[in-house]
Amino acid sequence: MSTEITPLWEVFIRSRGGLAHRHVGSLHAADATLALQAARDVYTRRGEGLSLWVVPSNAITASDPTDRDMLFEPTASKIYRHPTFYEVPDEVGHM
Amino acid sequence: MYSQGLNQPTEASADSPEQARFQARIDAEDKIEPNDWMPDAYRRTLIRQISQHAHSEIVGMLPEGNWITRAPSLRRKAALLAKVQDEGGHGLYLYAAAETLGVTREELVDQLLSGKAKYSSIFNYPTLSWADIGAIGWLVDGAAIMNQIPLCRCSYGPYARAMIRVCKEESFHQRQGYEIMLTLSRGTEAQKAMAQDALNRWWWPCLMMFGPPDSASQHSDTSMQWKIKRFTNDGLRQKFIDATVPQGHFLGLTFPDPALRQDPETGHWQHGEIDWAEFKTVVAGGGFQATDRLEARRKAHDEGAWVREAALAYAAKRQARKTAA
Ligand SMILES: [Fe+2]
Ligand SMILES: [Fe+2]
Repeated sequence: MSTEITPLWEVFIRSRGGLAHRHVGSLHAADATLALQAARDVYTRRGEGLSLWVVPSNAITASDPTDRDMLFEPTASKIYRHPTFYEVPDEVGHM
Repeated sequence: MYSQGLNQPTEASADSPEQARFQARIDAEDKIEPNDWMPDAYRRTLIRQISQHAHSEIVGMLPEGNWITRAPSLRRKAALLAKVQDEGGHGLYLYAAAETLGVTREELVDQLLSGKAKYSSIFNYPTLSWADIGAIGWLVDGAAIMNQIPLCRCSYGPYARAMIRVCKEESFHQRQGYEIMLTLSRGTEAQKAMAQDALNRWWWPCLMMFGPPDSASQHSDTSMQWKIKRFTNDGLRQKFIDATVPQGHFLGLTFPDPALRQDPETGHWQHGEIDWAEFKTVVAGGGFQATDRLEARRKAHDEGAWVREAALAYAAKRQARKTAA
């Protein structure tokens, strides 16, 4: 078995002009140049994109799934953050 | 697909509160993601299934790769090359999905090369004529699609997402295969005979791709409960037969099963007895091409070692220079 581990990269693709890059998967490559080339071969064989990003997987800091409620639940009660919370008479028209 | 239900039976007892919560999420069609809590048996089952699937894609490049240089026209050659490249891509998506469960790529590759891991028995059959390339696309990829579509809804997020990418690419594989069969069966007598011979040889092995009959497979229940699997082996096999038999008849070919007949009431095609002894022998690597397949993979891996080593050494050198500057 190979003793040295080839680093893992996350791949992002901009599928069309005006859209954000979106995560599509990951791959292994020795460095950024090879990661870009591999991303092109593995993830864009059918015109999937116009632009690629590769990011070393270990550079990503992720939130802990067990913190999900603590982080995201409080927004559920803040209904005043949504436009529908506010009454605007019909006569005013679309707002 | 391709994992053929070779997995050992596993327990899915809901005795701990975590396990109960986990099962509730699955029942609610919630996706399980890499950092979520999951039972060890769920993790093990997935690592085994996804890696067997990945190995099958990789080994699956060999029987077809065998014909790239001998394709009868540039059009066929370009299509076959693109298909084989797709299969390599499928293997890579799937290895990446397996790795999210905490196993390294190096370990997975080692399991394949050492002969420890299994892959689909279908790829241990030889490709003897050009018609086999048609039969593989039509039947093997056709069976793969049947198996893979339900996996797009598998409870494990990374596997489901990989399968969505794979399924998008499979349709071309099946259609190019069927087109080859159609051309041959509309060709000379010799070409038609070649197509018939390929169908005769690939039909039964393709039915075996769905794994042992439901009456003999013990792990299905747990995989179903975890929503890794959505249909039984026999259910998927029946779907495949029902879809494929009329396509074969359209080609003007016959199936090598004297017992094959359509039930007038249900409309389903009933098939004869499958030779499960042959299945067991081929899965265990007996006969046919198993030794060649693994040798070809080992050779490719060994001969590529210097490239991997050089790329890593170059990356390390550049990194060191950057830090020094
Ligand atoms: Fe595939
Ligand atoms: Fe395929």
